[in-house]
Amino acid sequence: MAEPHPHPNHLWRNPEPKRAYDVVIVGAGGHGLATAYYLAKNHGITNVAVLERGWLAGGNVARNTTVIRSNYLWDESAAIYEHSLKLWEGLSEELDYDILFSQRGVLNLVHSLGDVREGRRRVYANRLSGIDAEWLTAEEVKAFCPIVNTSPDVRYPVMGGTLQRRGGIAKHDYVAWAFARRADEMGVDLIQNCEVTGFELEGNRVVGVQTDRGPTAAGRVAICAAGHSTVLASMAGFDLPIQSHPLQALVSELLEPVLNCVVMSNAVHVYVSQAHKGELVMGAGIDPYISYAQRGSPHVIEYQLAAAIELFPIFSRAHVVRTWAGIVDVSPDASPILGLTPIANLFINCGWGTGGFKATPGAGWVYAHTIAHGQPHALNARFALERFTTGALIDEHGAAAVAH
Amino acid sequence: MLIPCPWCGDREDIEFKYGGAAQIAYPANPDSADDAAWARYVFFRPNPKGKMAERWVHSAGCRRWFNLVRDTVTHEITPTPAAEERR
Ligand SMILES: Cc1cc2nc3c(=O)[nH]c(=O)nc-3n(C[C@H](O)[C@H](O)[C@H](O)COP(=O)(O)OP(=O)(O)OC[C@H]3O[C@@H](n4cnc5c(N)ncnc54)[C@H](O)[C@@H]3O)c2cc1C
Ligand SMILES: [Zn+2]
Repeated sequence: MAEPHPHPNHLWRNPEPKRAYDVVIVGAGGHGLATAYYLAKNHGITNVAVLERGWLAGGNVARNTTVIRSNYLWDESAAIYEHSLKLWEGLSEELDYDILFSQRGVLNLVHSLGDVREGRRRVYANRLSGIDAEWLTAEEVKAFCPIVNTSPDVRYPVMGGTLQRRGGIAKHDYVAWAFARRADEMGVDLIQNCEVTGFELEGNRVVGVQTDRGPTAAGRVAICAAGHSTVLASMAGFDLPIQSHPLQALVSELLEPVLNCVVMSNAVHVYVSQAHKGELVMGAGIDPYISYAQRGSPHVIEYQLAAAIELFPIFSRAHVVRTWAGIVDVSPDASPILGLTPIANLFINCGWGTGGFKATPGAGWVYAHTIAHGQPHALNARFALERFTTGALIDEHGAAAVAH
Repeated sequence: MLIPCPWCGDREDIEFKYGGAAQIAYPANPDSADDAAWARYVFFRPNPKGKMAERWVHSAGCRRWFNLVRDTVTHEITPTPAAEERR
């Protein structure tokens, strides 16, 4: 693996908020920052502020486990996630920042006949969408990732798996900082410690935002607030079908390289990769209750560790060094909501739930298009809020539920 | 998180299943409810940052359902005074 570049010592200015902007983006997570970057780069819109209630990249973007893949079931999802994956493939160069994007392969293990059918169906669907996908037998799983326990003597033996070789991981905070630095260079104001507390409306049109540092006028406003999406929508007077849940993750101490790919198992409920520094990074499903506390229950961690040790007996002596949680915005069909709102000039990007890191460049790219043109791009048209009324859901529970 | 079961007292949350928001009424006139009304009933739920009325079931205990009010920021559970309201 190439040595990372020396870390840049200047990333962005810390400007005071101006009185007015063409576009105000709410939330300096990965999606808000990528949106600002593509607004400036693809659409020449640079009179833009990104307002962040905490610090830049203090939310899910730097709390997630960085699994990147595009092997979703339905055409709409495959198209938007694959668009994102293609952007990832050029991102270090484009942003001139080594974000440690590593296409080491994402392996989804299956442990039941139902899983086998679902996995094979997804492989075929992916191939029809032009996405690389392979079906591996249990022996092939063992050959690709030798430390997986494929013995038949466990409670849920590995019966095979799907593999997307172009999937992998990246270094999450570098991704946020790289987009931030480039957006800042093009004139975008990144304003931290600035919470949006309300919207200025004229009739059914947004004309600005209120913040804890005073009001700011805005031609257009774009919400990118992940776990806080419904809080912002209710300030503007509309509802979203979103539930905010804790999602936990953990890391071990730094270890010698032992794991060469990303391994996920929906059935025994854990996924794991080894970060560049050497820690094992693990996660599983959400905590069941609504929460904004950025913490979850310890038994969720205990359960995923049990699963990890069953799959990887070699990890039994590793230690948990840190656990944490983010607040994820879960939608009813496990697909995002990305487009217009009932309020004119107010846009929404949310519902990425447990799996929006991989979408960071793709979502920013289509969201910038949507904001610049006042209407969705073909890639996000189907992800409109109206689908919950029309019934045209994009059900990705099979591909997204536990797998991130 | 300790959940106060009205029948068994405080128990670890691992003994419970979550039932989401309390007091979600089925559409009053289902025959005349339009798509928007069904969408609201099926997909839209309260998601407050703060106090939330919600349902839990003591699935690994007495297996009974009850309501409580929990703060979604602090996870603090406010005792609901009347036992009837909790059940
Ligand atoms: C533990 C965990 C593991 C995950 N693993 C994966 C994974 O492996 N792969 C994957 O693809 N995805 C994963 N995800 C999901 C992914 O992290 C999110 O979908 C994605 O990061 C959300 O977009 P974001 O980066 O913009 O969110 P965030 O970084 O959360 O950004 C939202 C920002 O909005 C700000 N904000 C909120 N309200 C206001 C306000 N009123 N005013 C101003 N600012 C406001 C917040 O402070 C926050 O900084 C995981 C998430 C978690 C928590
Ligand atoms: Zn009980």
